[in-house]
Amino acid sequence: MAEATRPLVQVRDLRMHFPIYAGLLRRRVGAVKAVDGVSFDILPGETLGLVGESGCGKSTTGRAVLRLYDITEGSIRIEGTEIGHMSQSQLRPLRPRMQMVFQDPQASLDARMTVEAIIREPLDEHTRLSSREKREKVLELMDAVGLNRRFASRYPHAFSGGQRQRIGIARALALNPKFVVCDEPIAALDVSIQAQVVNLLEDLQAKFGLTYLFISHDLSMVRHIATRVAVMYLGRIVEMQDRERLYADPLHPYTRALLSAVNEPDPALARSRGRIVLRGDVPSPANPPRGCNFCTRCPEVMPVCRDIDPETRQVAPGRWVACHLHDPAIMGRERTRPPEAASMKGPGSNPGPDPTPARSVT
Amino acid sequence: MPEGAPPVLDVRDLRVVFRTRVGDIHAVNDVSFSLRAGELLGVVGESGSGKSVTMMSLLGLLPSPPAVVTGRGVMFEGKDLLRLPDEEMRTVRGGRIGFVFQDPMTSLNPVFTVGFQIMEPLRKHLGMSKRQARARAAELLALVGIPAASARLDDYPHQFSGGMRQRVMIAIALACDPKVLIADEPTTALDVTIQAQILELMSELREKLGMAVIWITHDLGVIAGIADRVIVMYGGQVVEHAPAEDLFEDPRHPYTQALLTTVPKVHGERARRLTVIQGQPPILGPSRTSAPSRTAAPSPSTSASG
Repeated sequence: MAEATRPLVQVRDLRMHFPIYAGLLRRRVGAVKAVDGVSFDILPGETLGLVGESGCGKSTTGRAVLRLYDITEGSIRIEGTEIGHMSQSQLRPLRPRMQMVFQDPQASLDARMTVEAIIREPLDEHTRLSSREKREKVLELMDAVGLNRRFASRYPHAFSGGQRQRIGIARALALNPKFVVCDEPIAALDVSIQAQVVNLLEDLQAKFGLTYLFISHDLSMVRHIATRVAVMYLGRIVEMQDRERLYADPLHPYTRALLSAVNEPDPALARSRGRIVLRGDVPSPANPPRGCNFCTRCPEVMPVCRDIDPETRQVAPGRWVACHLHDPAIMGRERTRPPEAASMKGPGSNPGPDPTPARSVT
Repeated sequence: MPEGAPPVLDVRDLRVVFRTRVGDIHAVNDVSFSLRAGELLGVVGESGSGKSVTMMSLLGLLPSPPAVVTGRGVMFEGKDLLRLPDEEMRTVRGGRIGFVFQDPMTSLNPVFTVGFQIMEPLRKHLGMSKRQARARAAELLALVGIPAASARLDDYPHQFSGGMRQRVMIAIALACDPKVLIADEPTTALDVTIQAQILELMSELREKLGMAVIWITHDLGVIAGIADRVIVMYGGQVVEHAPAEDLFEDPRHPYTQALLTTVPKVHGERARRLTVIQGQPPILGPSRTSAPSRTAAPSPSTSASG
């Protein structure tokens, strides 16, 4: 990636496997490979959007990068410090630099604490400010996120969803972090409130020079906020590139299907564009398919995809994709053979007499 | 859609009030709409706008007390649903009018097989024998695109994925060949690629079975691709009612305009900053809410004409 600036966050080959125990003796019978070899860099001041469907491992990635889990394998460097295998006590002094905004503002705030106590807690834990200084800092933070100072002694239930998310953001910013992981911060909010919170996150980024990992399933919101976008499928990043190029010219078949499935409020567009409808469901991460993880649903699957797992390759500067279609060596060999089953739906195509049975993979 | 055809469902001045200890909550205020045969009517609104309560009140699904449902009438097949005795209502609900709920996880009973749950309305409403019902249930599962349908009748809901469960819910709703299907946020809990599958399935089924559909959602994008007409609800009122084309082309109500501009787009020009709808949705308190007046950012004072 860019050589000029050193990345703030550097993740290499991150793996997070959760063991499965079964039987009378609770023997380990396998593992859920929630994150299975993920690498990316985040430059200072940028926002990396991490998108994917539920269960693809995007939230686990976000939590693992902050070491909320003990990771299975891999390296995580934040500002050059390797934190991948540090103990939790070693991590503690580093915590102020990296913070998290959680998805559900209802569940992530203690209902028995006042707003002031919630925002002050990180200051109590990590700083030696006097209580007067702490109170001043809390009020400043409330101003920064657009909460009225007069509400400092209220409890979370007195606030709406959007306001609660502001409290969560204020808490994350209390220790002046450099890196903030936003795990679906707007998913639980109404559309009219989502825009308010996204604008706030952008303002705060400009004001405090924050770097975000923005995790979301909402492709249109990610297009708005992210500078670069990584698309995850079943524990891997299948494609990563600049926002503009990803949305204008997606390389991976999964990204293309994902983008075509987004519903836009425009009936003319809805009719004219070809929607790629993927068959079946995401396979279980405990038992991923052989070869490429996407081979069970890919509309452009080739025989080689069921055998060999594609490597993540840089096809152009800053454009990373893990797909055999973009590997000239493989495509040279495959060109002679026809693709197996392309199920592209054209505009206005009439459904046949019987619906194609969806392929189920368990 | 046939313009002059008589409506299958005609709702006039529907009103729902919840009588609570702290006062009356006016959840639905004078809502009127009609549904023509074979038409898909989209109902859009944010949470708390009254869209779900409206539809539940039509079928008598709201507990009373506290709910009090009044109105000039809800005409369906020559009967007024508001004044129908419970016994008769039961034949309409799940029989002539099907219902698909938002969360396929909680609306299926985990301790009964999927087959049992599809056969239940067939046996209750249509009086089928066990054998007939089983054959029909297998047909229905195949219709909604579940492979190896007859083998999967004996599976329990947890053995299905989210998208598959929603297909099962649709199969149950379709069991008795309903005239009207009410779908309450049927794709909201699903991922985009699974959502696309369900949307495709619904348009196939409509073409095949010719039923009218009411599709409740908060997502204008979902509605754009499938609806013939759209109702926009806000604060328990219908603020705009238009054919889908016109609504998206030329939204008249400031709230609809605001809703349309607040969502960023995947295609086309990227806005540098998102437009924001000022303030919060109204709290439906003891007093009837006045005409809503939340608009897109720069001019929050423009008043609305409900």
